[in-house]
Amino acid sequence: MSDYTGTRGTAWFRALTGNVPPMTGDPRSVLTADASIGGGPARFLCVVPDPRAGFPCARHGEVGLEEAYTLATRVREVIDEDRNTAKRPIIAIVDVKSQAYGRREETAAIFLAAAAAADAYGSARLAGHPVIALVVGHAFSGGFLTHGYQANRILAFDDDGVMIHAMHKEAAARITRRSVENLEKLGKTIPPLSYDVRDFAKLGLLHKLLHVENPDHPSEIETRKVRDELLAAIEDARHSPWDLRNRLESNEARDTRRATLRTRALLEIQWRAEAGQTVS
Amino acid sequence: MSTARDDLAFVNRQSFIELQARERAKALFDAETARELVGPFDRVESPWLPLQGVTPQSDDGCVVMKGKISGRPAVVVALEGAFQGGSLGEVSGAKMTAALDLARVDSERGASTAAVLLLETGGVRLQEANLGLAAIAEIMAAILDLRRYAPVISVVAGTVGCFGGMSLAAGLSSYIVMTREARLGLNGPEVIEQESGIDEFDASDRALIWAIHGGEQRYATGLADALVDDDTQQVGAAIRKFIVKGVPTVHRSSQVALYRKRIEALDPTRQLDPKELRVQWGAADSAAGGISAGGISAGEEERS
Repeated sequence: MSDYTGTRGTAWFRALTGNVPPMTGDPRSVLTADASIGGGPARFLCVVPDPRAGFPCARHGEVGLEEAYTLATRVREVIDEDRNTAKRPIIAIVDVKSQAYGRREETAAIFLAAAAAADAYGSARLAGHPVIALVVGHAFSGGFLTHGYQANRILAFDDDGVMIHAMHKEAAARITRRSVENLEKLGKTIPPLSYDVRDFAKLGLLHKLLHVENPDHPSEIETRKVRDELLAAIEDARHSPWDLRNRLESNEARDTRRATLRTRALLEIQWRAEAGQTVS
Repeated sequence: MSTARDDLAFVNRQSFIELQARERAKALFDAETARELVGPFDRVESPWLPLQGVTPQSDDGCVVMKGKISGRPAVVVALEGAFQGGSLGEVSGAKMTAALDLARVDSERGASTAAVLLLETGGVRLQEANLGLAAIAEIMAAILDLRRYAPVISVVAGTVGCFGGMSLAAGLSSYIVMTREARLGLNGPEVIEQESGIDEFDASDRALIWAIHGGEQRYATGLADALVDDDTQQVGAAIRKFIVKGVPTVHRSSQVALYRKRIEALDPTRQLDPKELRVQWGAADSAAGGISAGGISAGEEERS
């Protein structure tokens, strides 16, 4: 696995929060801070590796039990605090290896922990908080569903260090009985299989791909540029419905997710049709 | 010692597990009210499978039926575990998301429409990887939206069970109904053995698998709301109870303080003992109220 996991997340968390010290009292694997963006407060959250984490299967940047419930707590805090005031943006900086793979995690129901974090992010979005995911490194399957994938808008860097996918290459190749090379070749012609973020962008799920000269070491200028892009995404989110329909409305989505759009249209027609025949 | 009544009940019950997705969905509705939407004759299939030499299915392994349950509008979305392991592709995912969205639109307009999800699925369909993952994120968002107005009930009956990203969809539901045969978890044993080694999880140890992921364990630790036999009547009865009960005051996935304290109380330096966890977590205090459908075999104590 790449050694990127976690280093980019930490670097961009520090850069974007202007080195505001992360909140205390949480596991070391979750960085949370309130910092200003566009003149107003926003909450930044990031999952990072903690080699001394209590749960042995969650020490390399995986999203485990403690990470998921800490994220859920810190996001719900924002919902409660802003119940009667302006809704603060919530920015998930995403550089996660995956979810934690462990017997302890399954016994203690990591499926619910992950759902609790996704519930918090999704509920914040439905309550009117702009939720922005900034993918600076890896965003794999359960880890991304837990931390980031309920966002109104998703931004991602466009370099090779960024990978958004449902499963690690080796595991996906094995399960679909292919070689890794074959999987990569298929990814060139079948966009949903590709590990290249530029192909991922063709699915229409991203709000914007960002070019950053040095994604490992954010410079002052680049940080300001990314902060402006976040602000633009926040404003865009504030002026549109709070659900995820934007993932179906871009030109890319209209092209690559044609089957989704056709299915939804046909289902609605039949749902509305009163005269539908009952199932004998 | 089972009584004559039990034997008769056992002989006469219709196994839910042996039913295909379409039969399962239809069995849950009030008679003559079920109507399938985007069914097999509409031929809305996966556009991606044929490109990889995999034969698509004319309903993409997902059955959507609308009708009435206990006289109330409801939609049932059933994943066919026998097709690609019930995995979520672009089309099957879109059918589930659209059904949840339309139920929410009707519910917002006053026609409260509950959703029942029959989840026999390994999660993302890897031949459609990123569109499957995206569909799961959208299903989760649709559940969060609908459950404010009408209950979303996940049923995991087996034998495929509910794994991967779809276990998060179950986790977001208003209620979870399981059988003993069913399993529910984020990562299957094979994936854990592969990622973290056989010492972490021996995928061939079936007793261990059910001790952790099995319906009885999930129910006994307050993570499922009803445990029923593999009996179509009992599955239907549990669903009807939850539809009548309606939206819970607090959803399980929103009880962050409760579950965060439970995790902090664990000793992560050793494997957790599932039996011990039943004592610590117990079914009783789950806010959604653990209820059991009538007719559970004698051994199961009744929960108020």
